[in-house]
Amino acid sequence: MIENIYQPTIMRIAASHDEAPDVRTLRLEFSQDQARQEFFAAYRVGQFGIYGVPGAGESVFCVASPPTRQEFIECTFRRVGRVTSALQDREVGQTITFRGPYGTHFPIDSWRGRNLLFVAGGIALPPLRSVIWNILDRRDEFGHITIVYGARTVADLVYKHELAEWAARGDVQLVTTVDPGGQTPDWAGKIGFVPAVLKELAPPSDNCVALVCGPPIMIKFSLPVLTELGFTPDSIYTTLENRMKCGVGKCGRCNVGSLYVCKDGPVFTVRQVMAMPQGDL
Amino acid sequence: MKVLEANKIGELAAALSAAGWRVLLPVEDGNVVRLAPWSPGAAVRTDVLPVNSLKDALLPPSEAIVRFALDGDDFTVQETPVDSTRTVALCVRPCDASAVGLLDTIFNWDFPDAFYNARRSAVTIVSLVCASADEQCFCTTVGGQPDATAGADAILRPAGGGAKLILEPLTGKGRALADAAGAMLADATVAADPPAEVPRRFDRPAVTEWLRANFNSPVWLDWSLACLGCGACAFTCPTCHCFDIQDESTRSQGVRYRNWDTCAHALFTQHAGGHNPRADQATRRRQRLMHKLSYIPERFALVGCVGCGRCERVCPAGLGIVEICQAIEETQKVPAR
Repeated sequence: MIENIYQPTIMRIAASHDEAPDVRTLRLEFSQDQARQEFFAAYRVGQFGIYGVPGAGESVFCVASPPTRQEFIECTFRRVGRVTSALQDREVGQTITFRGPYGTHFPIDSWRGRNLLFVAGGIALPPLRSVIWNILDRRDEFGHITIVYGARTVADLVYKHELAEWAARGDVQLVTTVDPGGQTPDWAGKIGFVPAVLKELAPPSDNCVALVCGPPIMIKFSLPVLTELGFTPDSIYTTLENRMKCGVGKCGRCNVGSLYVCKDGPVFTVRQVMAMPQGDL
Repeated sequence: MKVLEANKIGELAAALSAAGWRVLLPVEDGNVVRLAPWSPGAAVRTDVLPVNSLKDALLPPSEAIVRFALDGDDFTVQETPVDSTRTVALCVRPCDASAVGLLDTIFNWDFPDAFYNARRSAVTIVSLVCASADEQCFCTTVGGQPDATAGADAILRPAGGGAKLILEPLTGKGRALADAAGAMLADATVAADPPAEVPRRFDRPAVTEWLRANFNSPVWLDWSLACLGCGACAFTCPTCHCFDIQDESTRSQGVRYRNWDTCAHALFTQHAGGHNPRADQATRRRQRLMHKLSYIPERFALVGCVGCGRCERVCPAGLGIVEICQAIEETQKVPAR
């Protein structure tokens, strides 16, 4: 008898935190310790999960917490439809369904001793936040860490409390920015689009890996900046956000060319992304 | 050899049904012929290809994959039974039988699918050699034959001008079926009729090569203008297997279903945030051709089309794989300027 690959495990909402308008982080605890152990035996940063509410359906988001914290997982998502609304409507103490981890991960073990540059925009910080915390929890193994994060407005920045924590650490260079007009009177960060701020900052590409995650327009204009700084398509990583249903290479929804984003991704180098049929991205 | 009178298919179905098998075979259903469960009085029709394919028996249009018991905001996940009813699919066309090779691959790479595999293990596929073919048939173009045995557990070969059928078991399941048919089969020596002649309609490897180089060709727009995006091609296709997952619930019960879906539909790839990588019908029709004839060959070393021709037969706009592939061949004949 083969196990049912669609059978979810049950997670209890341990905490809930509003990050930005319509954006919420749920902290989830496994209802069975065996499920927790199995999850963390497999989980690496960059992988995704499938979260659901019976009767409403399932949605796919990254796991936004690192494997260095094994008591819980966290996910951060915007309320945009039926399933995300049902998930956000769940109270602390109530349960949801979960499947995962699925997909490929960022190869951080091969980055020991290297410098890391994170470039994120808006709601796309969560997939990099798991990497950032994983790296910070193993801080001695890595070189300089630079984070460039922007959002349309100050209110749209997610993980505001953690941004302050990263800025105060002293071993991370954090640059935050908001789009022109998105600032508040007391805003102390940059004002400008992420690619322009990145260009001005000009982080050196020597021995550095870049992780870029954001809206397509931000990625489109950030890549030339990184290329000019000397980053190669092999040293820039991103994570694709194709619509998925099954997560296990069956339902055909996330196909891009001959690839399945759910199994061959979601983590890809920019070289891999450039080899895909661009019109299907 | 074991020989069955061709007009005794219904009796064979009745005998197998009485012995506890679920029997699927082509029967008249209104004004179409459908591969459907046999029932007493069913009008068996082996002269035409059923409108639906063998896929329906392995991946039904809708099936429960998770069941929940609901109690207010609380819920428990229940066991979801698989369907392992012993089944025989009689008089399946060789093109349909060969399609299970791709389905087996998709539903087993890395994550074996319990629902598919339960049905697959429980079914005995008895194909019927095609004595005739219509204008839409093109199995020989995509690696098949009207008397191919791929995917079949046993094959029926018409003999005596179609009056008799030679049953040739090909696997252990096929031999068990022949044993179960028992007295319905006579020992005789007859010569099989020649199978249908199915002309080659296009050069499949050349089309695949063109597809690999022409994702951005402007001709996709021309070739998709008539497409209504209805998805009939995908739903009748023996190899199309894409699905959606949707929940339904009452106050006490929740069910997570998987339902057939298709790349022809606009919502198939639409992100929650609004972005749709395939925002028009041209990109969606391109995906259908690319997936079958370029991506599946590249990924699994298989061809995603078995040449049954259903897509063209059911398309309200008369579109099909052949027409577009012949158009691709035509573009290659135009000398480069």
